[in-house]
Amino acid sequence: MNCDSCGGHEAVVHLTEVVDNEARTVHLCAECAESRGLQASGTPTQALLAGMLSQLSTGSGGNLDTMAALGGLVGPSGASPCSFCGLTLTRFRKTGRLGCSQCWTSFEPQLRTLLGRVQGASQHVGKVYLPPDPSASELQKQLEVMRGKLQRAIDTEDFERAAELRDRIRAIRGEMLNVEESP
Amino acid sequence: MSDQHDAVARAGMAWMEPAGEESDIVLSTRIRLARNLQGLPFSGQAPPALRTEVLARVRASASSVDGLDGLTILELDVLPVHQQRLLLERRVVSRELVGEVPLAGDSALEGTALGTAAAVLLADDPFISVMVNEEDHLRLQVMRPGFDLREAWNRMDLLDEALGSHLPYAYHPEFGFLTSCPTNVGTGLRASVLMHLPALVLTKEMNRVLRGLTEMGLTCRGLYGEGSDVIGNFFQVSNQTTIGRTEEALVDHLDQVARQVIQFERDARETLLREAGDVTADKVWRAYGLLRYARALSFEEMMNLLSAVRLGSALKLIQGVRVYSLNRIMTCAQPGHLEDAAGRSLDSGERERHRASLVRSILRSDGAPD
Repeated sequence: MNCDSCGGHEAVVHLTEVVDNEARTVHLCAECAESRGLQASGTPTQALLAGMLSQLSTGSGGNLDTMAALGGLVGPSGASPCSFCGLTLTRFRKTGRLGCSQCWTSFEPQLRTLLGRVQGASQHVGKVYLPPDPSASELQKQLEVMRGKLQRAIDTEDFERAAELRDRIRAIRGEMLNVEESP
Repeated sequence: MSDQHDAVARAGMAWMEPAGEESDIVLSTRIRLARNLQGLPFSGQAPPALRTEVLARVRASASSVDGLDGLTILELDVLPVHQQRLLLERRVVSRELVGEVPLAGDSALEGTALGTAAAVLLADDPFISVMVNEEDHLRLQVMRPGFDLREAWNRMDLLDEALGSHLPYAYHPEFGFLTSCPTNVGTGLRASVLMHLPALVLTKEMNRVLRGLTEMGLTCRGLYGEGSDVIGNFFQVSNQTTIGRTEEALVDHLDQVARQVIQFERDARETLLREAGDVTADKVWRAYGLLRYARALSFEEMMNLLSAVRLGSALKLIQGVRVYSLNRIMTCAQPGHLEDAAGRSLDSGERERHRASLVRSILRSDGAPD
């Protein structure tokens, strides 16, 4: 698709404006977009996101618009800033970076949508993490870690590793019994 | 101070001895995990006092972490600029960590904008390092020589479990390990394989391979990572997505696809030998001759010549040039390393002369090839 403004170059920015209650989409090449103060891909992150978007979308010829993807995050009224670090969605849209772990809760629905588009999934299925428990013994901690690994080995049908982990879990249990029994 | 000096001298050098599987095609394997600590803003957005707090918490725990025996914590802002540059050129630290630094080729390195409390942890294990206060609080890195994704992951998993049992990580049941950029969230894992693919380039098959990699959800970059040009036919292939699959599945997927690429490269090398053996041999020997006798070499020219000699060595068209020497040249003929060896800053003409002199002396030490 060619640029609506100069007609010469490939359009890379697709800007939807609402004028008099009517949505109008303007397709611009990088140069014309820049001359209007718009950027197709400002930061490396945005470029990366754009790359991922174009690669994840099949048949679109890599013409998906980053600004639209990130811009789609901000609803009509926007969301409240993060309660911990004060980051706004508008700011995130500019930088592509979140401010703190609380941002993931503050903007949960928007980030879920973004991950779906950019990464194709929003549910973590990897390691399950348990933060250190100051009251647990070292052996208990090790046992928890091994159990998590065993579950993942079974999930991924890596039975060789599962057998190895089962042996290690037995050894740790044995050690725990010895500790309990010793006076 | 001398510990620190030794730590810098050793860091990022251990991969050079060719070892492990497929070392004629794969130079090195790397895995990194992005992790953040609970209760503190991400480093990129944190004020200096909180970045200092991140480093203080890491410092308080790291010495008791299994796998970080012989720990050295290098704070980059007290490290001389030339040492920062060595670490950067050996990819022990990232551009993001040391600030905006031009890197590729011969560009001069000026005006770093180093963040407060940016640091890197090094240990006795020369394949492990941890960046502190990069974009995320922690970037755990494991490197292996050759093609060794499984072992890299096993080591990384252990390091991560050990660190995470001392330092509470930011974790969310749905989103996994939380990161500053949504492109890293979930596992926080980026695995990459640095491959030398000259035959695919020469036989004009590389573009097809690149398209295939993209379709398989992988990404391909130049030697220096994101945004860097392809130089010397080196390609870094890594996973694109970080969430929705287990760490093992991400690593296995990269492993399987990389094996295919290796096979394609082997096939292309056979085609080259079969259909243009004489021309290839001539090209290899001419490249060797230039490297062995040139009096000035730009980084890019050197990398292209090294690529030809590396290919010739793998195909046994030239014998007696050690891959270790080629790897050492690649590292030590970078601008920061040349200046470090010279003990002063060099202008670009001087760098080209120093580079050529270093290349000559390393190749001479291998004796005459046949």
